[in-house]
Amino acid sequence: MSYPFGFMDEYAKKEVRRGILKAIAIPGYQVPYSSREMPMGRGFGTGGLQLTLAAIGPNDTLKVIDQGSDDSVNAVNLRSFIEMTCPGIDTTASTEEADIIQSRHRIPEKPLSEDQLLVLQVPYPDALVVVEASEEKRKQMHSEADYSRLLVKLYEDIVKFGEITLSHRYPTRINGHYVIDPSPIPRWDVPRLHRAANLTLLGAGREKKIYAVPPYTAAEPLEFDDIPFRVEDFRDEHGHRRRCQRCSTDDSFLDEFINEEGDTVYQCSDSDYCNTRLLSASAIKERCLG
Amino acid sequence: MGYVAIKGGAEAIQGAEELFEYLRCARGEAGSPLDSATIQNQLRQLHSRVLSEGGLYHPELASLAIKQSLGDTLEAGFALRAYRSTQPRLSETPLIDTSKMRLIRRISSAFKEIPGGQMLGPSNDYALRLLRLELLDESPEAFRQVAHQWLQDLPQDRLPDSFPKVLDALRNEGLLPKQGEGKAQAFDITREPLVFPVERSAALATMARAETGSLLALAYSNMRGYGDIHPTVAELRVGYLPIELPHPVTGEPVEVGEVLMTECEVVAMYDKPTDDKAVMGSDIKAGTGTTQHIGSQPTFTLGYGACFGHNEVKAISMAILDRALQKGMQEGPSNPSEDPEFVLLHIDGIDSMGFASHYKMPHYVTFQSDMDRLRTTRRKHKETAL
Repeated sequence: MSYPFGFMDEYAKKEVRRGILKAIAIPGYQVPYSSREMPMGRGFGTGGLQLTLAAIGPNDTLKVIDQGSDDSVNAVNLRSFIEMTCPGIDTTASTEEADIIQSRHRIPEKPLSEDQLLVLQVPYPDALVVVEASEEKRKQMHSEADYSRLLVKLYEDIVKFGEITLSHRYPTRINGHYVIDPSPIPRWDVPRLHRAANLTLLGAGREKKIYAVPPYTAAEPLEFDDIPFRVEDFRDEHGHRRRCQRCSTDDSFLDEFINEEGDTVYQCSDSDYCNTRLLSASAIKERCLG
Repeated sequence: MGYVAIKGGAEAIQGAEELFEYLRCARGEAGSPLDSATIQNQLRQLHSRVLSEGGLYHPELASLAIKQSLGDTLEAGFALRAYRSTQPRLSETPLIDTSKMRLIRRISSAFKEIPGGQMLGPSNDYALRLLRLELLDESPEAFRQVAHQWLQDLPQDRLPDSFPKVLDALRNEGLLPKQGEGKAQAFDITREPLVFPVERSAALATMARAETGSLLALAYSNMRGYGDIHPTVAELRVGYLPIELPHPVTGEPVEVGEVLMTECEVVAMYDKPTDDKAVMGSDIKAGTGTTQHIGSQPTFTLGYGACFGHNEVKAISMAILDRALQKGMQEGPSNPSEDPEFVLLHIDGIDSMGFASHYKMPHYVTFQSDMDRLRTTRRKHKETAL
């Protein structure tokens, strides 16, 4: 069986593109679209996938990551599907070389440029869902920029726990109006949405929504004057910033795991960032020795 | 030291798929592959369910989907849906009159006598659910003999192909609301997103391809008491519905094929008359044909269910939910089964199973983030306790 370029029929791709344009025109607004069934599970990145398939052309270079890694099972699966249905595209693991980066749960550590498109996969498109279950009511709250219940939730967290307990999917106000769910990126990644040079598109396939953070647009996490927003804390018990035990960097989001000896170790979550660091370190070493 | 957080993706996926395929063929030389006619006939109810939940009437591909998914209804429906995404929408059928259905079964639980008569057709409703142990070791000869025998004993008198609708009799008596003008354009859920409030045709389309178990669970909650529509099955019919399309040259309607369908109409208890304004409001929201009162006279209310294939429980559940949703749209929901958002956003099998499955994927980053929050909170807790 042969499939059209980009799998979806042309009408479907056109609909997604129109959704994208509308999303860019109204930063942070969730544009409803009909969302086709893709040949992989709803929840496995079908929203991001439809954005990528609608945007990609034969000469584009694509990078797909999941949990920061190009080699994660789901990233491999998505990449090979896109390669199969989009003949002529190139794929890469390098953040720098990619025209389109589709990602789940991470924004690459290396800042993106104006020429790059970041596509994020979204399970829950609406930041208000933690305080309001009904979509109809949430829509009205967004249109009135009524985020009072969300702020009360943050306040109550502080009263109960002394901390805001939202760990990822941190509510972020775009261009001074709509508050978005920036997808399950860690808080570490949120500041890198703010006035980024690149376009970020967010796609929720199951919930049938597209939204965007256009280039150079304000993206501000909700916070209070006296309780600022905080990213994940990677300091050890002595207050030293932990390093990646592979490339030794101390400025990236770290994955924590237990090695075979039973010790807790830390490594960069962004595999391309880690590899690039290692390569340049060995290049420097070689130059010094040579 | 290598990069250990995530590794071996491509090979692992490949190996897992090969193992899954091995399970399908595990009997080796002693086994034989299922052909699509076998699936369509011997697994008829499964096949019907997949046709309906896949939302694509393609009996052969439905058989294939069942075969490659090893009989998983959710997965098989999913494969059909994904195939559908690659196909353009070429045309739209005109409104179809289901009284033209070539029936294989039609019953009414509202009346003993109905015009045209009750026709049980193929059904195991009254069969004793005892295990038929003789089928454990069924010989091909005995198997073939069944159809042969049945066809030989076929009575000569021919029944008409189609029968009048039971509801027409009630309607003529004025006990039902007048039938509204059919809308020329139904809401196409494959081309437009659901934005609430939605019209009734969008709700019906969503339910028509909903997952049977999900629909049943919500309808059952209404039947048990989380709702009170008190339905009676006015008519349940199963049969082949001729599909017509305009001829590309002459524009005249031409029959292009037929689809096996199940249709159910339930009559629900009447309500006290409401004021005209409320009725008009509901009409706009819920589409045509829902007006409950002629003048100030109360009438019965209706619920409608229809889906591809032979799926009686699904059609009945859908009809009950249709009635419950109309009530919710008019008066505000007082139960989950009357809440359009609650019902329509939670009955799609492809959506719900996909999301349940996605929890199997790595969530290392978000869990790292969760641990950061918990550790910080615990540290603060300890500090304040000191």
